[in-house]
Amino acid sequence: MAQHKVNYLQDGGAPIKLTTIDKLVNFGRSNSLWPMTYGLACCAIEMMATGASRYDFDRFGTIFRASPRQSDVLIIAGTLTKKHAEFMRRLYDQMPDPKWVISMGSCANTGGMFNTYATVQGADRIIPVDIYLPGCAPRPETLQYALMTLQKKIRKESIFRAHKKKRLV
Amino acid sequence: MQQPNRLKPFFENIHFEREDNTMMVNFGPQHPSAHGQLRLVLELQGEEVVKSRPMIGYLHRGMEKMAENMIYNEFLPTTDRMDYIAATSNNYGYALAVEKLLGIEAPRRAEVIRTMLLELNRITSHLFWLATHALDVGAMSMFLYCFREREYAMDLIEDYCGARLTHSAIRIGGVPLDLPSNWTEDCISFLAILEEELEKYEGLLTENRIWKMRLENVGIITQDMAKSWGCSGIALRGSGIKWDLRKEMPYGIYDELDFDVPVSYTNDSYGRYKICIAEMRESAKIIKQLVPMYEKSDSALMAHAPNYISAPKEQIMTQNYSLMQHFVLVTQGMRPPKGEVYVATESPKGELGYFIVSDGSPYAYRMKIRTPSFQHTAILEELLVGLQLADVVTIIGNLNIVFGEIDR
Amino acid sequence: MRQYKSKTDVQRKSYFSDRFFVSPNVSREDITKDEIFNADFEKFSQAINVEDAYVEHTHLVIHINKNALLAAMKLLKEELEYDMLIELSAIDYLAKRDGYELFYEMLSLSKHKRLRIKCFLQKDETVESLTSLFNSANWSEREMYDMLGVKVVNHPNMKRIIMPDDWYDHPLRKTYPLQGDEAASWYEVDKIFGKEARDIIGPEQRDPAAIDRYDTTRFARLGHEVPYETDISEFEPETAISYQEEDISGIMKKLKPEESVVLKRRR
Repeated sequence: MAQHKVNYLQDGGAPIKLTTIDKLVNFGRSNSLWPMTYGLACCAIEMMATGASRYDFDRFGTIFRASPRQSDVLIIAGTLTKKHAEFMRRLYDQMPDPKWVISMGSCANTGGMFNTYATVQGADRIIPVDIYLPGCAPRPETLQYALMTLQKKIRKESIFRAHKKKRLV
Repeated sequence: MQQPNRLKPFFENIHFEREDNTMMVNFGPQHPSAHGQLRLVLELQGEEVVKSRPMIGYLHRGMEKMAENMIYNEFLPTTDRMDYIAATSNNYGYALAVEKLLGIEAPRRAEVIRTMLLELNRITSHLFWLATHALDVGAMSMFLYCFREREYAMDLIEDYCGARLTHSAIRIGGVPLDLPSNWTEDCISFLAILEEELEKYEGLLTENRIWKMRLENVGIITQDMAKSWGCSGIALRGSGIKWDLRKEMPYGIYDELDFDVPVSYTNDSYGRYKICIAEMRESAKIIKQLVPMYEKSDSALMAHAPNYISAPKEQIMTQNYSLMQHFVLVTQGMRPPKGEVYVATESPKGELGYFIVSDGSPYAYRMKIRTPSFQHTAILEELLVGLQLADVVTIIGNLNIVFGEIDR
Repeated sequence: MRQYKSKTDVQRKSYFSDRFFVSPNVSREDITKDEIFNADFEKFSQAINVEDAYVEHTHLVIHINKNALLAAMKLLKEELEYDMLIELSAIDYLAKRDGYELFYEMLSLSKHKRLRIKCFLQKDETVESLTSLFNSANWSEREMYDMLGVKVVNHPNMKRIIMPDDWYDHPLRKTYPLQGDEAASWYEVDKIFGKEARDIIGPEQRDPAAIDRYDTTRFARLGHEVPYETDISEFEPETAISYQEEDISGIMKKLKPEESVVLKRRR
């Protein structure tokens, strides 16, 4: 993971006051999260298994979109290598706001078991990550829980977040 | 809000005013049908490919260097992540290579369990191949059907070793765990379901006019081309060469098992598809033969070689010398003989070989892993020329390449 | 005195070097014991000058001079029926013998036998490419150059294949650390954000056991050890793990545990 300090409780931990229109927009956003197919390595197989018949992802309203311009969530599934880091940042920049990132698996969280020269030690050196999902490879139920946690997080947000300054990584 | 960074837009990729007027298309490292991180830079003349340059390395994690810094037992879970669809086949290739280096043999029951897991992995790998290949070509419902069968197989493997995808279910010298009770019955009932479903899949695809039009005469690999480019596995058998390491240079207990090796003489993608379906049936046949062998074997699970392999857990917990030996083997690592071995096994993708150079120290001096998908991607330089853009997607799916293996 | 760490081999070594332990060797046999190898070796040695040859674990291993490589490979492919080049790479002996030992694995489909050709290459010498005979050497030689720095001539496309094109140094050499040198550790930050962002992003976290003592969710309670059953909630409300939120007020339907069905067996 990155060593920069991100203070997740910067509002003092107090819940933000949400109006009805906030709740309505967040309801819409959280129940139709469209992920981008960003399967890099083994976790991609578990992501595909989550989208397949037994652990259906479609019932959460997620449809896997191939293009970054049409997606909300970037699920980084797999090892991020230094050769690929440039493309990941490029694709993240191409996604329109509001966007969220789920880092799936140990390799995307912190570089995982690959403590080597060619692996980026955590996707959050390049991209601001919202949800970290441990496991190697995480079970499909874990990915579903991560998505549900992300939905919870989205429902707590104020819809005017686009005007707040976003972190670099 | 866009954060400033150094990445410039890629406008220079499209050449508008070139003399021969070809269009450069970047089938980038992230693509839904690239099966991983393949960057294929294609030069197209209209819809036809004139030049193709596959570029790899986007999943290079430095496994060969890790092998030089880890003890032999410690490296086993890393081999899982190479061909992540059929993880036990990589583990088995590695364990077999180290066992040949040490000069030991795994006991009978361990070999039977290992072979059962290997064939189950072959079935899951081919089901995954079928799912993604059909998804790329356009038959999207195959993805859901094949993954349903795959979930049953992964349930079985999870019952045995606890993990669905990256198993590490075997050890150097044998297997650590015995099969749970009812596993063999569940396995046989899974195979019965698989047989039924395979007939449905064949009925859906094999005589399908669209499937045949997309796959026949696409991706022709002639015999000379296959041998020259180092193809192995289904790519070689799809070109009419009847070569399967399990039959021709048998390892483990494959010489006692009775199975056929399907071969296709049409050299194209359709032949490889038919081989794949036939291989799944052969794997099911093998597992059925293994179940009575398992029941007849006696219950030793790990080889007896105190220099290299720890004692069973009951002994470690009660006998002092076993505990001391286990401690040394885990902290320092075992010291194998000096020398080099190259051992190749037939993984679902082709010939997976491990070349281990040992200088007597607990860490390997050099480990070169020969993966089949590396050469199958190299062949794309020659194979894609002259084909249409839609055929490119078909061939990449058909050649059964996994990027964990290519880049290691 | 601090421990001497050699710069020529920075790979991990065992903490205990067993000084009096003599390793056995992998058994080598005589070539005459196997007829196919014997016949092949006789034809081979008549044409090419052989430095050393033996049978090591089902492989016939032949050491030759690197200048004879192309002729040897042509002989193997055309006359002796070893028509598949399975693998080629190099072993780094730069510290001990000042060069690389290259190996070429051949397979004969008709004879079911494997052969290994080895040749030694000094540090600054070059080796001929085998792409004219076997296409599989194309990418394997590129990988050998990329990872180890072995120079190959007459290759159609000698570029880095696995590392990025502007990578510094060859990773599989023994002098290259596993976790990468200075250029490697800042590679992605420099490429994407530029050198100025090195301070913002910070160095890589390579310690697998690192714990942040003051992290925001008090996950690691270093320095806060208290007796068992002390209340450490500091007046935070008790939050049970909940899969559904509380303040959704009619927009979403909540699922009640009584209405759900527990399956005994997955279907």
